[in-house]
Amino acid sequence: MSFQPEHEIHKRRFGRNLGIGLLLALFVGIVFGLTVVKVLAIGEKRGFDGVVRQEVTPQVKQP
Amino acid sequence: MTDIRISDLPVEAGFGDYVQLLKPRVMSLVVFTALVGLLVAPVPVHPFVAIVSILFIALGAGASGALNMWWDADIDGLMQRTRNRPVPSGRVQPGEALGVGMALSGISIVMLALTANFVAAGLLAFTIFFYAVVYSMWLKRLTPQNIVIGGAAGAFPPMIGWAVATGGVSVESALMFAIVFMWTPPHFWALALFMKTDYSDAQVPMLTVTHGRKSTRTHILVYTILLAPVGIAAAFTSIGGPFTLAAAILLNGWFLIGAWRIWQRDEVQAEADKYAVEKAVFRFSLYYLFLHFAAFLVEAALRPYGYGGW
Repeated sequence: MSFQPEHEIHKRRFGRNLGIGLLLALFVGIVFGLTVVKVLAIGEKRGFDGVVRQEVTPQVKQP
Repeated sequence: MTDIRISDLPVEAGFGDYVQLLKPRVMSLVVFTALVGLLVAPVPVHPFVAIVSILFIALGAGASGALNMWWDADIDGLMQRTRNRPVPSGRVQPGEALGVGMALSGISIVMLALTANFVAAGLLAFTIFFYAVVYSMWLKRLTPQNIVIGGAAGAFPPMIGWAVATGGVSVESALMFAIVFMWTPPHFWALALFMKTDYSDAQVPMLTVTHGRKSTRTHILVYTILLAPVGIAAAFTSIGGPFTLAAAILLNGWFLIGAWRIWQRDEVQAEADKYAVEKAVFRFSLYYLFLHFAAFLVEAALRPYGYGGW
């Protein structure tokens, strides 16, 4: 007996595999989305180390 | 050489069977109460963070459901209501249910900690532990008060939702917890009254089996009486208002009338109309919880327009 190129297990488990694949894709989307939301929530940071510097930050004019 | 035919192998689980392990119907209640807890909290949450938090709270609840199905497969197979669950029916192996439960528990707790905060994740971890270990493994087969104490597991979601927003617990979240906690016993005992043989077949010490049906009817009335002040008290907190108070009075009054009718009946009357009152009260109890929490939500929605709240 030799395995067919398309083994029956591929057909039998198609639903399971598709479901897990979609769940993993959803998980990746969630982690990416959370990253975007959390990074944006931090607010604007200047400089490589996140320290606000006078020379690159617009001065706030006092009234 | 012996051929192995597909028909000789155990029935293979489909994706839907693994979804069934997570008790989707219970999950829907968890999603709703957790969402209300989150939305009525005084701290706004980013919509994406809110949706993802609710998703992982639901996943954690589902994980505890899978652990419960793994542990209870022997008694689930004896009860008509649970006989077709994936593990007792042989579609999912017990080890798979354990694996799914443990993996999803870890994923949901860690992800909730990263998405929201450690208080919410800690409460979720405790909920899973409480349902899987304290309720399923310890109390369910030991005491007829199993439903009372086990009900705490189902009561945590609104508290977790509140913690996602605020990072803590408060009187409001404790009262939302108390509503579900006090609601669970009369809800399940009404079910136990008309699902007559199931629990005794499985040797689960349900109140109907250990203390008799008259005592169960009394317990339903007592817990419904104790539930009423909790629901009404919640209406006087910062999440309540005139609308919630009116809803709480109506809903609790209605539930009390149902519990009173159950208490007045005996088995002969119940058999005669095929447990019509018990079934009606059970159905109403589902609406009760939904509408009570919906009232909090409506109150919160009215607040920006100057109508909600005190």
